[in-house]
Amino acid sequence: MSARMQGYNFAYLDEQTKRMIRRALLKAVAIPGHQVPFGSREMPLPYGWGTGGIQVTASVLGANDVLKVIDQGADDTTNAVSIRRFFARTAGVATTTHTDAATVIQTRHRIPEKQLREDQIIVYQVPQPEPLFRLEPSRAETRRMHGLSDYGLMHVKLYEDIARFGQVSISYDYPVMVNHRYLMSPSPIPSFDNPKMHMMPALQLFGAGREKRIYAIPPYTDVRSLDFDDHPFRATRAPHACGLCGATDSYLDEVVTDDRGGRLFVCSDTDHCTERRETGCVGAEGVPEAAE
Amino acid sequence: MAYVAVKGGERAIDNAHAWLAEERRGDVAVPELGIDQISGQLGRAVDRAMGEGSLYDRDLAALAIKQAQGDLIEAAFLLRAYRTTLPRFAHSLPVETAGMTVKRRISAVFKDLPGGQLLGPTYDYTHRLLDFTLTAAGAAPPAVPEQVATDAAGEMPRVHDILGHEGLMEADLPSDSVPGDLTREPLSFPAPRDVRLQALARGDEGFLLALGYSTQRGWGGTHPFAGEIRAGAVSVEIEPAELGFAIDIGDIELTECQMVNQFKGSKIVPPQFTRGYGLVFGASERKAMSMALVDRAMRAEELGEDVVAPAQNVEFVLYHSDNIEATGFVEHLKLPHYVDFQSELETVRRMRAEVEAGTQPAEAAE
Repeated sequence: MSARMQGYNFAYLDEQTKRMIRRALLKAVAIPGHQVPFGSREMPLPYGWGTGGIQVTASVLGANDVLKVIDQGADDTTNAVSIRRFFARTAGVATTTHTDAATVIQTRHRIPEKQLREDQIIVYQVPQPEPLFRLEPSRAETRRMHGLSDYGLMHVKLYEDIARFGQVSISYDYPVMVNHRYLMSPSPIPSFDNPKMHMMPALQLFGAGREKRIYAIPPYTDVRSLDFDDHPFRATRAPHACGLCGATDSYLDEVVTDDRGGRLFVCSDTDHCTERRETGCVGAEGVPEAAE
Repeated sequence: MAYVAVKGGERAIDNAHAWLAEERRGDVAVPELGIDQISGQLGRAVDRAMGEGSLYDRDLAALAIKQAQGDLIEAAFLLRAYRTTLPRFAHSLPVETAGMTVKRRISAVFKDLPGGQLLGPTYDYTHRLLDFTLTAAGAAPPAVPEQVATDAAGEMPRVHDILGHEGLMEADLPSDSVPGDLTREPLSFPAPRDVRLQALARGDEGFLLALGYSTQRGWGGTHPFAGEIRAGAVSVEIEPAELGFAIDIGDIELTECQMVNQFKGSKIVPPQFTRGYGLVFGASERKAMSMALVDRAMRAEELGEDVVAPAQNVEFVLYHSDNIEATGFVEHLKLPHYVDFQSELETVRRMRAEVEAGTQPAEAAE
């Protein structure tokens, strides 16, 4: 992986920019869940493709790091491939698809199934860092609300959901309270992944490029999904086993197999699924590993 | 004096046009751009001019772009002005995008689906690094692997139909009513969806992009997913009355975007997904997606949602989406307004004189 692109600094960004981003990251770590504005740069990938995550990754990456990039849980989705190639090209770092082997994991919309370790960093791509934006579009106003811990609006939203539908209708980007202080968007991960954020041994960093915000959760921090005593938070997943590896505790993707209602449910975390199959697990529609 | 002013104006215009022609041509030592070069190598610009110009003709659009020095709103204007002179001898039947010869087809909601995901010729995953090899002409690009063409040959049911089988997607029933036509009938309100979609299809890409974006940032959110985007060629058919059957008159390239939007249901409708729809000429995917977002936002009233944001306000959107109208009215401000301004001058002077003389309280002058 030493074929690094010439004419650009290590990991694309210049060192002054990286220093600015690292300062924002330090502040973010010091105030868990608080959105720190930062001077987000134009990147050679479009806004919405993960420019925030890419900038954070570029700023924390060292020459000896091993990078894993996933999108929707998978290493082989086009955007993940593109970002992984970007860093292989601009930083010349080693890349991997194995959660175990990675020191930095950049992700869009998922947290790996395997528990992360203290020596790992997970970088989330964030489209909309403001958890209150659907309830209050003005960022000036939401900033005030965060300052005063004034989160009644969100509790009312959850209450109204329960009153109308008998349950909270948020299925992804489910708001969390970090360190008993800041309401935070976990990024559009399924609420299934929310509990993994609580007391996670790894450092969690969040980058929102277009909205120019960085935030963080230090290791072993209390992260609670908002709920009520009589309506506790419930993580949901498709009530099936993975068709390939048989897992019943992983988050599943639904694959359409025909236009008459045929479906195949498979692990969204492709590394997790592959690893399980390599150890002999076979789902109802899978084939034993030796046959592949 | 008046005579001199008129003659001076004529001469000024003639000189301006000559200067413009000279500037357009640029350095005569450099070969002149051919229409075929523009239509062949500036395809996305041609697509945009055709879409906003509401005229599907690649050669005319290329000519318009050349004539307008690449100013795409000006090019669309040229096409509109030409289009309006054409006789209308038939209406096409609705085009069938399910039967499209697909170049690109992606779904963001299913990892895989019948017909598969087909990336096609897209900038999506390019790294935006200037390719300096393009400054030196000559080398042909690498050939597209043959596999690509055969991959695209299979059946590709629309994602919304797949969801429809399960009842999760609102029905979209065919209508027998004759679609409205903004180019023939003036806009009136309430504007039906067919007219709204026509206005959006002709609308300015930048305006729709900004409005679509605003819905994503909380100004009339619609919880969208890109259910399916497909681009490719469809055949256009007409059914002449004297024949009584449809005949194929040629192919056009289209990009279609179907958004899947969350809907919590109402007293009479169970929770289900709703649709936002975008359809544009050529490969204008950014506009097709923006159009689908705005189309869905404008259905707020129909679906019993609060109308609070600009993108949900049908009147606001439709009156301001047409860039030919908008550029005309904005730029008309540079036309002479001597007379009006003169009357304004007089009014302001009179008001000031009255205030200074203390004969009138200031607020009475308002």
